[in-house]
Amino acid sequence: MTFRIGPRTSQIIAYVALLTMTAIMVIVLFFIIFYILRNGLGQLTLEFLTDKTREMGKEGGILPSIMGTLFITIVATVIATPLGVGSAVYLVEYTRGGPIRRIISFGADCLAGVPSIIFGLFGFIFFVISMNLGWSILSGGLTLAVMILPTIIRTSEEAIKSVPHTYREISYSLGGGKLDTILRVVLPTAMPGILTGVILGIGRAVGETAAVIFTAGSSLGLPTSIFSSTRTLAVHFYILAREGISMPKAYGTAAVLIIIILAINFIAYRLMHRFIARYY
Amino acid sequence: MKDKIAEKLLLFVALSAIMSLALITFFIFQQGIPLIFKAGLGNFLSLKWAPTRGGFGILSMVIGSLMVTVGALAVGIPFGLAAAIFLAEFSSKTIQKTLKPIIELLAGIPSVVYGFIGIVILVPFIRVTFGGPGFSVLAASIILGIMILPTIVSISYDALLAVPNTYREGSYAVGATKWQTIVLLLLPAARSGIVAGIILGMGRAIGETMAVIMIAGNALKIPGSIFDSVRTLTSTIALELGYAAGDHRGALFACGSILFLIIIVLNIVAIRITSRK
Amino acid sequence: MAKISIKRLNLYYDNFHALKDISLDVESSEILAVIGPSNSGKSSLLRAMNRLYEIDLGRITGDIRLDNETIFKLPINVLRRRIGIIFATPVVLPGSIRKNISYGPRLHRKLSKSDVDELVERALKSANLWDEVKERLAESASFLSGGQQQRLCIARTLAMRPEVIMMDEPCSGLDPISTAKIEATMLELKEEYTFILVTNNTKQAARVSDRTAFFYLGELIEIGSTQRLFTSPVDRRTDDYIRGKFG
Repeated sequence: MTFRIGPRTSQIIAYVALLTMTAIMVIVLFFIIFYILRNGLGQLTLEFLTDKTREMGKEGGILPSIMGTLFITIVATVIATPLGVGSAVYLVEYTRGGPIRRIISFGADCLAGVPSIIFGLFGFIFFVISMNLGWSILSGGLTLAVMILPTIIRTSEEAIKSVPHTYREISYSLGGGKLDTILRVVLPTAMPGILTGVILGIGRAVGETAAVIFTAGSSLGLPTSIFSSTRTLAVHFYILAREGISMPKAYGTAAVLIIIILAINFIAYRLMHRFIARYY
Repeated sequence: MKDKIAEKLLLFVALSAIMSLALITFFIFQQGIPLIFKAGLGNFLSLKWAPTRGGFGILSMVIGSLMVTVGALAVGIPFGLAAAIFLAEFSSKTIQKTLKPIIELLAGIPSVVYGFIGIVILVPFIRVTFGGPGFSVLAASIILGIMILPTIVSISYDALLAVPNTYREGSYAVGATKWQTIVLLLLPAARSGIVAGIILGMGRAIGETMAVIMIAGNALKIPGSIFDSVRTLTSTIALELGYAAGDHRGALFACGSILFLIIIVLNIVAIRITSRK
Repeated sequence: MAKISIKRLNLYYDNFHALKDISLDVESSEILAVIGPSNSGKSSLLRAMNRLYEIDLGRITGDIRLDNETIFKLPINVLRRRIGIIFATPVVLPGSIRKNISYGPRLHRKLSKSDVDELVERALKSANLWDEVKERLAESASFLSGGQQQRLCIARTLAMRPEVIMMDEPCSGLDPISTAKIEATMLELKEEYTFILVTNNTKQAARVSDRTAFFYLGELIEIGSTQRLFTSPVDRRTDDYIRGKFG
């Protein structure tokens, strides 16, 4: 006699299995966040956040890394945002299919899949060496700008696409030109969606390690200009953890990173929701 | 007039992504390809990596990269697909709305944090449970498997949602259960999207660097089992670029060229699959 | 001399022949109603007159003259300022009532705050909306009712001080009271403006228009004084349509 599982039973088994596996995934995520915060929050004193780093990170705080991360992210965002939003505007408003559209889209899609170590190699040979910018905030920021460009293009493109066609028609019918229409109607309407893309790009930049370690270096001094070498939070955390310099300081730095990432995701999520609530 | 200038300017801006890609391709290959010719293919594809003494063999690293990638897929595909199916077919709107941002958050956690969790939790666990150093193919596979989940989940989820509802209704109408419908109808219909998600996840796994360095052990030999230490193409680049000069640096860029080539092929395949519809 | 004079106008979208050899005149200060079943080319006629067909990549032959000057040589923004259009579904732009109304004028010249105040008040008064919204000009326009939104769209068009106002089934989604308000607005304004009213509602055409044109499958079948067209149509298709036999 063979034992056969009926369709009802297999349905129940499948449901339980899928539910369990999904739950494991969610638990892993919360565990990572919880674990880092539990071990790191205790380190987060005002002194830790505002003091210079001493003895390679064994003592002192993380102020230089906070500033380094901030400046590199600003450089990356300031460069990538106009390029990304401009690309998205061109894709949606000026192309109707055709080879140019395909080439631009292909570029963005491919760039999105390039791993960060390749950006690191490229930034090192192009910005640091060929353009002679050295290990600096500028080199790191430029490298990250290229890396977050596809995120900004794709999100902005979706946001601009979802602006109702009738808005454009109204603007044209009131005598507006194409540029007037884009600047006064399309972009303001798509702004929450565009900002979501920029914020997600910032998130990628803040957490990045491989692309900045070879372009911005790992100097622990306080940056004085965009030509200063600097060590971002992610790089500092990597060095603390891998070289076993100080576990408490590593946890503290990780907690700062996690808090920033949580905040960024929360803001992006809220913005996206406001945007969706308005147009769907 | 104003409009014409704006259009030209925007076209120029819009070419930034493809121009960046072209620049990256050019510089990586220009730095890496000459060394492959100089060393000769036999040397380059050998097992002997001693770049300061003329040994440029990348074979053990290529095998290392392949092993952790296969391992990552073995972890990532079942969990990723399960979550995508659960989310698309068994969840209410509210659960979908809660789980989606959670998965995006998983994608937002920096790779160094994943590596760190590997060091402090997974590696000791493997060392105690299975013996060996702990820093191993297995540790790297599990961590990478988690890291590629968001890619697999979100693309497969979109592919499942894109299957028209009439398919589901038609299947229920002939008495099929939900699970039968999923296995017999929805998964085949969403196949190309799911495959694209897996390929992109594979690209992420091959290209991941920092997390792998932290937990894979980085020993320069072909691992004998999944509990052995392993070194990938990416770890080699990141570990040695800081001090490499001359041919050594060229060899690292040669590794980068191979990696870049693999990634571009994977990307093109994934883009083709998704845009065929 | 006619305000607008259309000569042998054809409009094509890809392979679709939307307007077939249309010739007609629109006189100053009249309300011309354009009626006909769907796909008769009524909306295409409006989209030809302010060259909105260009964004849909349509092609045109023939000529349209505004004050005896071809519209195809006019700068597009000047043309669209002189010939305004109201669509069937009211579309308010994101932002306040005030911003909606000042959108058009601001595209063409710099305006001080008091200029805008004056212009907003005048436009809203002309569109019979001032009393209902004067307390909340800074609020988002999307909270207005459908009828109010359509009158806001009219005010937005009036703010540009156009010469001709084209309306594309402006009351199709509105209740009878809102419809009556819009019809009253048109009758009040017809001394100053020329109206072209596309409508599905033959009774509305009969109520407000001076002359009526009947379109069918892209052709102009018949045009004449509204009273004459509705009482003794020449073409049998016109007769069938106004008796409600099709469309």
